[in-house]
Amino acid sequence: MELLIFYPLAGLCVAFALGVVINNSPVGSAMSLIAMMLGLAGIFVLQQAHFIAVLQIIIYAGAIMVLFMFVIMLLNLKGSGEDASWRSRDKNLLMTVLSGFLVAGLLYKILCVLNSGEFDSPASLPENFGTAREVGTILFTEFVLPFEVASILLLVAMIGAVVLAKNKVD
Amino acid sequence: MILELAITLVKIFFIIGVTVAFFAPILTWVERKQSAIMQDRVGANRADILGFTALGLFHAIADALKMFTKEDFIPQGANKILHTLSPIVAVVPAILTFAVIPFGGQYELWGESVNLVVSDLDVGLLFVFAIASLATYGYVIAGWASNNNWSLLGSMRTASQMISYEVTMGLTIIGVLMVYGTMKLTEIGAAQEDFLNWGFFLQPLGFFMFLAASIAENKRVPFDAPEAESELVAGYFTEYSGLKFGMFLMAEFIEMVTIGAIVTILFFGAWHIPFLPTATLLSWFDFLGTSGANLVVMFINVAVFFAKVVFFIWFQMTIRWTLPRFRYDQIMKLGWKILLPLSLANILVTGLVILAVH
Repeated sequence: MELLIFYPLAGLCVAFALGVVINNSPVGSAMSLIAMMLGLAGIFVLQQAHFIAVLQIIIYAGAIMVLFMFVIMLLNLKGSGEDASWRSRDKNLLMTVLSGFLVAGLLYKILCVLNSGEFDSPASLPENFGTAREVGTILFTEFVLPFEVASILLLVAMIGAVVLAKNKVD
Repeated sequence: MILELAITLVKIFFIIGVTVAFFAPILTWVERKQSAIMQDRVGANRADILGFTALGLFHAIADALKMFTKEDFIPQGANKILHTLSPIVAVVPAILTFAVIPFGGQYELWGESVNLVVSDLDVGLLFVFAIASLATYGYVIAGWASNNNWSLLGSMRTASQMISYEVTMGLTIIGVLMVYGTMKLTEIGAAQEDFLNWGFFLQPLGFFMFLAASIAENKRVPFDAPEAESELVAGYFTEYSGLKFGMFLMAEFIEMVTIGAIVTILFFGAWHIPFLPTATLLSWFDFLGTSGANLVVMFINVAVFFAKVVFFIWFQMTIRWTLPRFRYDQIMKLGWKILLPLSLANILVTGLVILAVH
């Protein structure tokens, strides 16, 4: 039963992820990315992590991608036929090599995790698994340091963005 | 198993029937009549069947017929797929929200526990919020796919307005979460049995900010800059006709029902009657037996819930026909410079009060 839901969801995710890369128009890419994120949220639900699934939709599909769309429309990016600059990233050698390394590293890590056999799911889940309360408790006890570091990082990025934008206006 | 399935199906049919088949068409008539009353006009009264006008109620049928039979027009150079997709993306989230909205409490009927909500999610409140944020795409894509500058401007306004007011909406919801300590909408509703426990008394500022933010999310006057007729023709749905246009209209009306329902659950005691605990209500109908009394109380509670929803729909209509449209910069200023700091302060004060009480 679980596999019956998992494979269509995973297939959709992969298809839309490919759509992001292949699509000619920026808006099409963004739409594919949103659809892919909805699929991911579905997979989270399948893992009993309702809270994470809803957050995935609120933050990525609901907030960040709307901003993406907004910027794409503001700059009025056209498809590849009409706007040459959209495709100029093809010729950036350094970018290609770097992202190649990134993908290789990621694949290696995934292989390592798969081989270590840590993926066997427990026979029975604890009752509170995946609830907001449980996630919050873990976030503020066990993982409080990474959590705070991440929030400081975001704060720094935010201040940096404000400073950069302000310089442009002045 | 089969009984549970049947109960769930009945609940789904009931809630979809009430919102899509009853509220959406009726509200087109209510909107006309309400505006007519407020502007001292007679209002819609021309559509008739064999001379009967039924207070203009047939206008809802006339509207539906008109939209079904009109030409479905897609402008030249428009993206056909996205142009067709966007009304669907706009209307589906509006209906989907009702999956987690409880329209009554929990009742023991002949040994079967009936919970009057289609899906009692642990993260119900966040689910509503997530689905509401997805509706943005319907409007944003509509403008972009139409290949029309007015539409594009309209959808850019939509995007920025919805992002701005989602922040306020999310932050006011946090205040409610802190007070009731749960994200389950059924538990939030059940916690408001005592009149003084209503969200309106515990989060008065939160209520006003939530209402303002949700009207802005629904893009109705005074927040209808995305479809400002005097500036942008009709904003994001300029290039839509027939049933696709009708779907945008339907999404707006269903969202009004959604806002009414959410406000009722979060701030106005859900299905409870002031000063009348469920136990007292049950004791009045004791002569019907436990299940009979439960059944009667269930119907009363559902009626009370929808009465409150209808009140808030009327309230939104009144606001709609009272205020003029805000200017775009005024909307942004209200969102970021007034509502955002206020909602942050609201969270801080709520936290301090909770600390002081416990």
